[in-house]
Amino acid sequence: MNCNRAIVEAAIQAGCRFFTGYPFTPATECLEQASHRLPAAGGVYLQAEAEVSAINMLMGAAIAGFRCMTATSGAGFALMQEGVSHMAGIAEVPCVIVNVMRGGPGFGNLAPTQSDYRMATRGGGPGDYRCLVFGPATVQEAADLTKLAFALADRYRTPAIILSDQMLAETTEAFDLGDPLPEEPVEKWWATTGCKGREPIYMGRPGKNYGPEAEYLSGNLTLNLIGLARAGRDPDTFEAHMLRLAEKYHRIEAEEVRVETLYLDDAELAVVAFGTSARLIRPAIERARSEGLRVGLIRPITLWPFPSRLIADAAERVRDVLVVEMSMGQMVDDVRLAVNGRTPVHLFSTLGGVVPRPETVGREIRQILGLVTADSRA
Amino acid sequence: MDQVFKQTTSAALKSRYDYCAGCGHGIAVRLVAEVIDELGLRGQTVGILGVGCYSTNPVTFNFDCQFALHGRAPAMATAVKRLLPDRLVFTMQGDGDLAAIGTTEIVHAATRGERFTVLMLNNANFGETGGHMAPTTVIGQRTPSTPNGRDPEIHGYPTRITEMLALLDGAKYVARVALDKPANIMRAKAAIKKAFEIQLSGQGFTMVEVLTACPSGWRLTPVESLKWMSEVQMKTYPIGELKVAAS
Repeated sequence: MNCNRAIVEAAIQAGCRFFTGYPFTPATECLEQASHRLPAAGGVYLQAEAEVSAINMLMGAAIAGFRCMTATSGAGFALMQEGVSHMAGIAEVPCVIVNVMRGGPGFGNLAPTQSDYRMATRGGGPGDYRCLVFGPATVQEAADLTKLAFALADRYRTPAIILSDQMLAETTEAFDLGDPLPEEPVEKWWATTGCKGREPIYMGRPGKNYGPEAEYLSGNLTLNLIGLARAGRDPDTFEAHMLRLAEKYHRIEAEEVRVETLYLDDAELAVVAFGTSARLIRPAIERARSEGLRVGLIRPITLWPFPSRLIADAAERVRDVLVVEMSMGQMVDDVRLAVNGRTPVHLFSTLGGVVPRPETVGREIRQILGLVTADSRA
Repeated sequence: MDQVFKQTTSAALKSRYDYCAGCGHGIAVRLVAEVIDELGLRGQTVGILGVGCYSTNPVTFNFDCQFALHGRAPAMATAVKRLLPDRLVFTMQGDGDLAAIGTTEIVHAATRGERFTVLMLNNANFGETGGHMAPTTVIGQRTPSTPNGRDPEIHGYPTRITEMLALLDGAKYVARVALDKPANIMRAKAAIKKAFEIQLSGQGFTMVEVLTACPSGWRLTPVESLKWMSEVQMKTYPIGELKVAAS
């Protein structure tokens, strides 16, 4: 089973009961898989008329308390950004979004890239917000991270993004689905399912669960949203909402970083790569090691929160850092911020659907280590 | 003494009234709340509210509500109704919300015959932004963005989206009502109730367009607004049932 389909199977195993999407190569197989597997699992599958509608259907499902997923690719993901921003920063609801990256900018091409790193980790929507972002490198890891994404999305009430790419998506390999996620790891007291037996809940506006008697927004909605709420009238303000959001993001940064390292202890050169590029260049690292070169690998698994601490620590010990990515250099910005000038940070990038090859990356590694000159690259 | 009027349970009493003098939105909220009370469905209702002056409703509506991004309420309602098919689900949207930015969502929800009810408040302008031209603005109507009046040569024609939606097979009940005088307000309530009942019978998409006055946006007094609604707005948007599918 390929990665697109494996992700949907993992989602069902994680208790996903709503899937919507719009056909978009190379993510369409997720939709195909969901179209028959979700109904069989007692869930709802629905093809949306556009990505904008898909993300808003997802928002409705999420606010009603259901685990839900959509899958798309670059330009479709761009269309979803307003909804993602709203779900992350205002409604604060969990969902999982798969972005199978293809070439950009614009409608780009169909080949693998990692050039939506920035849109996923920085957010393409308005305002201050963050999403959990995962960068799987294998089908097994994609399945595991999909389940983790649902669990963490629920825990933190925030969207989680799986950054796949065309190459990983089409990769077929064996994997283990593991155990189902518990039904209710987190109580969804905020789900709008009808107020029978409890107070009404209004979801999709900033702040906590506010009942009809609460003065939080009463009569002051617009003033509150534009930050002019009169002091003493509202128990909560938009600033208080944003401060609470910032605190949540600090907590996620402190607790949810996931990263794999290889041969880092004695490394002179640390290579940083995620997802498909990390998988493809691993033979170059192994080859260099077999030749006695002290090269290590840092593979961020969570792209946000980013393993900045680990990279900063590594930068104290290594002589050079090399970032390999299938973009003009997007993750390299995060690496440079973490390294903060301690060591030189080099970039090896491939563009337009070209993937990094172990031979060329190996030559880059030897060049940085001073074993070959730049001229001999030709 | 007999009690002839009381507060509805589905709308909570507020300490202040948020709408401009003469605005029809408060009446629309009241009618929806009365119908939900009469159907006994307050505990099973999920309202999805678009972007507009009526968005302050949830502190008026006394049942579960979701807030939608501008125009997207039908997409949210689609998911909610499909996942919770036994609930009463409705969207409340303005004419700008539904007939401009939200045309994709509303057309496809109706096409699929989604089993929720759409209540579109048509006040012929973007009331919340200050009365700017909406798709529903009538020919000749002056707004801050059509200072010389809506000219079809420049701004195009008014959008009769409710008539368009009535053509779709998935739409089972489509009506237009007006909140200009007591008799029409009672008809409006009957139409909302009928739409909810058809939704609950599972037949398909239901929609009621509600003409409401916007004195601030129209630059008229409340009394002049009601007159303008009857004499001008209703010429472009005639009231009545546009589609009643045989059950």
